Amino acid sequence: MHVELFTLLQAGPLDTVLAPLYWFLSLWSDLLFFVEGVTGLEFLQYQFMHRAILVGLCIGVMAPLIGTFLVHRQLALIGDALAHTAFAGVAVGLFLNGVFSLGVSPYLTAVIVAVIAALLIELISEATDAYNDVSMAIVLSTGFALGTVLISLNAGGLAVGINQYLFGNLSTVSAENAAILLVLFGIIVATIALTRNQLLYVTFDETAAAVSGISVTWYNRVMVMLTALVVVGAMQIMGVILVAAMLVVPVAGAAQVSKSFTQSLLVSVVLAELAVLLGIGVSYYGGATAGGVIVLVAVAIYAVSVIVGKLQERASDDSVPELGSIDSTEA
Amino acid sequence: MSILNGEEQSEAESTADSPAEPADPLIELSDVEFGYTAAPVVENISLSITEGEYVAIVGPNGSGKSTLMKLILGLLRPDEGSASIFGEPSHTFDDGARIGYVAQHASASKEMPITVREVVKMGRFPHVGFGMLSAEDHKIVDEALATVGMSDFANRRVTQLSGGQRQRAFIARALAGEADLLVLDEPTVGVDAESVDAFYNLLESLNDEGITILLIEHDLGAVTDHAKRIICLNREVYFDGPTDDFVESDALARAFGTAATVMGET
Repeated sequence: MHVELFTLLQAGPLDTVLAPLYWFLSLWSDLLFFVEGVTGLEFLQYQFMHRAILVGLCIGVMAPLIGTFLVHRQLALIGDALAHTAFAGVAVGLFLNGVFSLGVSPYLTAVIVAVIAALLIELISEATDAYNDVSMAIVLSTGFALGTVLISLNAGGLAVGINQYLFGNLSTVSAENAAILLVLFGIIVATIALTRNQLLYVTFDETAAAVSGISVTWYNRVMVMLTALVVVGAMQIMGVILVAAMLVVPVAGAAQVSKSFTQSLLVSVVLAELAVLLGIGVSYYGGATAGGVIVLVAVAIYAVSVIVGKLQERASDDSVPELGSIDSTEA
Repeated sequence: MSILNGEEQSEAESTADSPAEPADPLIELSDVEFGYTAAPVVENISLSITEGEYVAIVGPNGSGKSTLMKLILGLLRPDEGSASIFGEPSHTFDDGARIGYVAQHASASKEMPITVREVVKMGRFPHVGFGMLSAEDHKIVDEALATVGMSDFANRRVTQLSGGQRQRAFIARALAGEADLLVLDEPTVGVDAESVDAFYNLLESLNDEGITILLIEHDLGAVTDHAKRIICLNREVYFDGPTDDFVESDALARAFGTAATVMGET
């Protein structure tokens, strides 16, 4: 009796919805074939690489965007927790496919499960009045445990394909998954663009934001749900285990060298894109897992940022400007 | 509790001639009781604050000062009694721009790269909502920075500021919001003595311009030097009246449970 629901999730109607995005993907592919013709870059001759690069570029924008708000609230761990629950979502998708032979994309079930987990974490924190390591660790372990149990229950063929979810894989980014990611990308970037003022205020000073009439609870919910979407989107390439690094490492690097919040957002995106593109290139020619290489490159970039930050500090003018008069009536 | 050496009351005349015509209360609490558990943290609180007042709430640690502030601001709802602000029940009041809030420090991580100007711009957020700041908004931000004497610090990271400078930035944020009421929760903790003086002078000049000031303080010396009215709290209100009367009363000793006095006042 749930068949209707499952059919809805199946490829058919989804393909209709995603049709314009498939068109965009083919356009993107044409562009990269053209670039390959001009530059002779070997890895651009494969269409899966085109999709992987597009997905990578999207990750390089959305992960540090939401990561900036998380890191400065000292919530870096939340990405990890949600990634592990997203793994449970993948397992649910694979389980449904295995038992009912449905064509549900495991990424769709991952989105659903991760968003539910995000709300759960947020509700726990509202009830206990604090985000705490313990509840986060419990959600993280529960997600991962549920995932492994579901997969082992359904043994046989399933365990084989699990590596791609754990560690990510460039070659398995299907057109459908790339299109789903584009949808997520649109939702995430649009939401952050719309609510940037409120997210910044809540991040910087929660009580002052609440006093100024911003619903802190509501924006916290928005933030964790966006995190869930980013994590699932980035999981395809980065893998469950390493995906959270993209939320944290470029942001930490940007914080070292940036003078303002706006600048740190831009710099973190630039650093993330650098890590993604270099990482994909290196992993292709080196034959290594992309997720791991991307994170290693990102960490190397972070190390350089720390040094650059220190040098900047030394080179900068140490003189403190004079405080102005505070007598406003005469101003 | 810290007790500072007080100086002569320089604003004696301004307090003397302010019985004024009765105004609508800006903040009104009646028979408020609140507890996080069964035991009340504050009880039997009735008070009203009118526009243009400069009021300090003092009391020992754990006396319920911060809780009372949250009740006033609507961040908590009273278990008993009622709290209103600008004539509306505090918890439903949503014109947040009218209230400027300054705490000891912000909740963000210490490494957050954010400039003084970006912090002050937050004061405009309740006005612009999802939109962008207009040229007029930017002008108001510049004026707020100038008022607190921080124009030259506009592009510095907040993390590079001293405690006193940071508090000025937060005041500028409240001014940029064009707040009618400034609520300050122990704003001078960790601020050096010289900056504390400058800070209170700033509050005084803002109060002269008509901004209502509600200060939560444990530093009795600073409070008795500057505030015009004192509310002394320890779960209940022990004293509510002009600063001069407070200094002469025994409310302090009763509320703090010691033979505390404010030095410099005889």
